[in-house]
Amino acid sequence: MKKIISKHLFADRDMEQFIGLQLRYGVIISSLIVLTGGLIYLQQSGGLALPAYSQFIGTKAGFTSIGQIITGLGTLNARSIIQFGVVVLIATPILRIAFSLVGFVIEKDRLYILITLIVLSVMMISIFGGLKV
Amino acid sequence: MTILTFTLILLAGAYLAGLVGSLTGLGGGVVVIPLLTLVFHVDIRYAIGAALLASIANSSGAASAYVKEGITNIRLGMFLEIATTAGAVAGAVIAVYTPTNTIAILFGAILLFSAAMTIRKKNQEALTTGSALSLKLKLDSSYPTKEGPVSYKLKNVGAGFSIMALAGIMSGLLGIGSGALKVLAMDSTMHIPFKVSTTTSNFMIGVTAAASAVVYLQRGYMDPGIAFPVVLGVLGGAFTGSKLLTRLDPKVLKYIFCLAISFVAVEMIYNGYNHQF
Repeated sequence: MKKIISKHLFADRDMEQFIGLQLRYGVIISSLIVLTGGLIYLQQSGGLALPAYSQFIGTKAGFTSIGQIITGLGTLNARSIIQFGVVVLIATPILRIAFSLVGFVIEKDRLYILITLIVLSVMMISIFGGLKV
Repeated sequence: MTILTFTLILLAGAYLAGLVGSLTGLGGGVVVIPLLTLVFHVDIRYAIGAALLASIANSSGAASAYVKEGITNIRLGMFLEIATTAGAVAGAVIAVYTPTNTIAILFGAILLFSAAMTIRKKNQEALTTGSALSLKLKLDSSYPTKEGPVSYKLKNVGAGFSIMALAGIMSGLLGIGSGALKVLAMDSTMHIPFKVSTTTSNFMIGVTAAASAVVYLQRGYMDPGIAFPVVLGVLGGAFTGSKLLTRLDPKVLKYIFCLAISFVAVEMIYNGYNHQF
């Protein structure tokens, strides 16, 4: 019994270390992408007048789907690069759930495999559920 | 105003927001929204998009350290994330039918509540007897202290779960981390020691904010020109804050910030009431 408990804790510690690193790198990578895009954006349009942010134009501005953002990346559009960094940032905690799932599978923790799958499905509904409007 | 001036001022403002958010434990998002709407007159929908990003950056950055130290209760976080993510998606759906002025008033109310929660007495005691449900869900755990690991148990799991769903709705509707509501659920209701409840709350904020952020991204709430200074500024401020926290006792600062935030909250409610958004 004692052995089982210590093995269980060991696996938990492993998962904690891994999740900690994954979150850290996610934030670092996304902020570097945002910084790169931002510097290009300032260099290209820094002197221009500010867009009217008091008016909400929503989806007409573009950059609202992965497809649009990737297309913009191809042309090295500065705003697309920033938005790509934003997507990486949003993906960081979502990836954390996926990695936790792997951890619980390794630990053979059925209850938490189920719980993690529920959280992951809520995320998928949010991403692909067409909740835009 | 040119884009360059706007970016630089917003960068400085977001840095302060991240600093205040980290010192008070309120998170960067709650300061970003009044900063963008009241100071820069940005539409509250863009402000909500930016605040969500600030919450994710803040949460993921801080959580990476706490998780590695083993203070965060990962199982508890995952279990409660069912409630917060479902709530956040619901909140993002409700937001479409909610007038922006109502959102501003609600935001002000939550801000007042958060300020009050920050200065209240904290639960330091670890429960030695927990509920059957807590045992069944494997939520009882331990956390490291200087005197060795401390074991704790939980109760009122159902009530805590319900408050978490409400925290999720608020998060999805207003674009904030709802840290205060999360701590209320864990600290006051489930009787989890303060260190565990704050770090686990922080851990959950990223996932909760991401759940509504994907919806808002598709709706065009996230503008790259605003996201750029906000994300970098808040991250920098939160980083400085975490370094400062280990060297000074922020008790006096906390009271000052909470007072300042209360004024901002009243301003948001007043403007919302007068249909300024």
